[in-house]
Amino acid sequence: MSLPPTAEAAADDQTYAVVEEEHGLSPRRVGPVVMDIRNITLRFGGVVAIKDISFDIREGEIRAIIGPNGAGKSSMLNVINGFYHPQEGEIWFRGEKRGSMKPHEIAKQGIARTFQNIALFKGMTTLDNIMTGRLTKMRRNMFWQAVWSGPAEAEEIEHREKVEKIIDFLEIQHIRKTPVGRLPYGLQKRVELGRALAAEPQLLLLDEPMAGMNVEEKEDMSRFILDVNEEFGTTIALIEHDMGVVMDISDRVVVLDYGRKIGDGTPDEVRTNQDVIDAYLGVAHD
Amino acid sequence: MTAPQAAAEGRDTFPKLLIANARERGHLPASREKEYGIWQSWSWAEVAGETRAMALGLIALGLEPGQRVAIIGTNRPHLYWSMVAAQMAGAIPVPLYQDSVAEEMAYVLDHAEARFVIAEDQEQVDKVLSVVDRLPNLAQVIYLDPRGLRNYDHTALHALSDVCAEGRAAESRLARELDQRIAAGKGSDVCVMLYTSGTTGKPKGVVLTHDNILITARASAGFDRLTDTDSMLAYLPMAWVGDFIFSMGQAYVTGFCVACPESAETMLSDLKELGPTYFFAPPRIFETLLTTLMIRMEDASPLKRRMFHFFVGVARRVAAARKAHETPSAADRLLYALGELLVYGPLKNNLGLSRVRVGYTAGEAIGPDLFEFYRSIGVNLKQLYGQTEASVFITQHPDDAVELESVGVPTPGVEIRIDEATGEVFYRSPGVFQEYFKSPEATAETKDAEGWVATGDAGFFDQRSGQLRILDRAKDVGRLADGSLFAPKYIENKLKFYPNILEAVVFGDGRPSCMAFVNIDLMAVGNWAERNNIAYSSYQELAAHPRVYEMIERNIEETNRSLADDPMLSGCQITRFLVLHKELDADDGELTRTRKVRRRIIAEKFADLIDALYGGKDSIYTETEVTYEDGRKGKIRATLEIRDVKTFPRAEAARQAA
Repeated sequence: MSLPPTAEAAADDQTYAVVEEEHGLSPRRVGPVVMDIRNITLRFGGVVAIKDISFDIREGEIRAIIGPNGAGKSSMLNVINGFYHPQEGEIWFRGEKRGSMKPHEIAKQGIARTFQNIALFKGMTTLDNIMTGRLTKMRRNMFWQAVWSGPAEAEEIEHREKVEKIIDFLEIQHIRKTPVGRLPYGLQKRVELGRALAAEPQLLLLDEPMAGMNVEEKEDMSRFILDVNEEFGTTIALIEHDMGVVMDISDRVVVLDYGRKIGDGTPDEVRTNQDVIDAYLGVAHD
Repeated sequence: MTAPQAAAEGRDTFPKLLIANARERGHLPASREKEYGIWQSWSWAEVAGETRAMALGLIALGLEPGQRVAIIGTNRPHLYWSMVAAQMAGAIPVPLYQDSVAEEMAYVLDHAEARFVIAEDQEQVDKVLSVVDRLPNLAQVIYLDPRGLRNYDHTALHALSDVCAEGRAAESRLARELDQRIAAGKGSDVCVMLYTSGTTGKPKGVVLTHDNILITARASAGFDRLTDTDSMLAYLPMAWVGDFIFSMGQAYVTGFCVACPESAETMLSDLKELGPTYFFAPPRIFETLLTTLMIRMEDASPLKRRMFHFFVGVARRVAAARKAHETPSAADRLLYALGELLVYGPLKNNLGLSRVRVGYTAGEAIGPDLFEFYRSIGVNLKQLYGQTEASVFITQHPDDAVELESVGVPTPGVEIRIDEATGEVFYRSPGVFQEYFKSPEATAETKDAEGWVATGDAGFFDQRSGQLRILDRAKDVGRLADGSLFAPKYIENKLKFYPNILEAVVFGDGRPSCMAFVNIDLMAVGNWAERNNIAYSSYQELAAHPRVYEMIERNIEETNRSLADDPMLSGCQITRFLVLHKELDADDGELTRTRKVRRRIIAEKFADLIDALYGGKDSIYTETEVTYEDGRKGKIRATLEIRDVKTFPRAEAARQAA
């Protein structure tokens, strides 16, 4: 059994609640659809990276996008993020159809992300890196910030407080003043998550948050992702290779293969989906 | 102040002392904690208010006098207050080691019949909830940090902030009840139950009264003239008696301020920011401080490096002269003053020790180089000798007679007796514990009818200085097969003074000669490996490296040479050794939570390695079970090399020394 096409389901809250009940989703946590992705196709010249993919992300859920290498997962994230512009299809965010936007405009809408290959400012401290995440929230212009007195100072204190709360939340007090280039990989990932959180996102996109981590670091990261979701009610969409992690922490999973969607549903449904099994384990050709 | 005097003045229990402090020095800071990057402070008046609200909340939740409240977490002001809040309600706080696994926690919670648990965060709550079905007495769990706990079942789970709010709201209804309970408290009531980490067997609950703690705290604070202008950093486990005496007992008695670090990892930078005047650290912290300092000096510019080594040399000379009660030469005195300006001052500032007036170390033997280094740059580092059963203080160094080999003179009020046959040290003091909770046999074994307590340590009074010297655990002192004396800890300590050796375990009781297991220090040896281009991926690989073996062999050889000089212990030279393939760990039961070697468990666990040592083999294949931090188990396999070491007859050692 799979979920009914959720774009339609969202129109009808009643159906929705029933479906949630059936799948054991907690109605307390997961709200209506925030982002609806409809029939997206993305081409690079003759290469079709994503072909006619539709799925949605609901308020407050942890949504995973999985698939073998080259399935189009990162492309999908880049489409949501506004870095790529799909040739066909629509993205609806909070009930509005999204036009062609630049990534920074999308960031202002409340969508933040982390990157597969960490993209921090290596020479800057943890604190400063997370501060950059507050950039979209800063109101004073460059002049005031350069003078740094009066309103700009008050504003910085306010931002600093927010950042300190994130540092406390992610338990990285001991590296507050350490340049991130000197930090081990697992901690850099955590700092990157901190920077994304600093923007107080409504939707948080995580591109392979656990790549290259050992078991203990993965456990820590899973805990942080769950805590972010639970404490701030942040909606999270993540790409991840580690199946164990995905199945443990996400509410729903969408599976891509060769740019097509081959499965969508709760972890249990996806696990038993024959197409998904074939895509991961290969299939006998006879 | 005597006990009746304290009772008359309303200072005979912690709750009454808190009220007195709020009255007399209400505006002075009592607690500090670094949070969100800023030091937050609470005055004595505020602490009294918070604690009272907490106590009312606990009563509202149904806490009855005599019940036990377990407290699990790192050093946080709120957790310290909750201990006094429990006492106000007539209950007995039982702090637990926050890093113990759920299994160990279950034993203590069950044994103490804890009614309430106050836990720091989700991690601790999870541990408690995982064993809750084995704890029939447990009624309520309270947590400090709500993060991640929002969606838990809250029927018997509460946020501490809610408990306090509840208490404030119940002020009019429960105030009389609370005031009666506070007034009913007396010095002979049980103040706290502390579980010893236990070098052998299950942990024992040491029952201490308010009189035990407060009289000892008064005596020791008077000894060092501590006042309410002093300050300290509380970073050692709350379940450890030392922390209870320093951060609670002495702080409440004198009214000084106790600060808690932001997190365990930030302790060293918090120390630097805070600059406490009263500081306690086990030798390993002083060692870490010095090791990181030395590593940073290696990377400093040549000029700074030269300056550092030159002035440290000056400080050593001056310290040596002062110790011998001579006046250092005028030139040295001038240089020392210059050094204070250029090197020692900035150095102490960087370590966070520039304001330290009284510094203590205890728990393990401290290396002579280490001890002399801190003293020579002007840190008043002293040693004390104590036990949980004594409310810590048995002996301590007076400011003007500090010597490395001894542990000082008896703390005021303590009597000491040395058993003539066995050499074991006995003491009797106002701080002596009441009993081991629910084990009268163990109590009777340790404490006799006249109140004398056996320390289990062998020692003697130094005739020259009148100070106590401790040799080794009385039960560990043994004989080699040829009848000569064997004091394993003495040798192990000698080995551990080498920066490359983190732990050593020496065997030899009833054997023909001494042989040793060695743990290398990953930080020091790792740094050496880096500088010498030796690649390694794990502790195990580095430990098995032939050049590491050579280094350790040289260290043991030097130890043998110095042992050969000792008339008592020349037979204890180490003939063979191996470097262990894993670090000894408290999670595997090989060390206690305070990092003391559990000799017997190690001997059982690594029996095959001991056989190989004494069996004359050159190498041995072994498999060892290890426990990871999350409680899962795994196996390490390794083939270990065994090496012979040169030993020295007495005469030869003397000749080489000459």
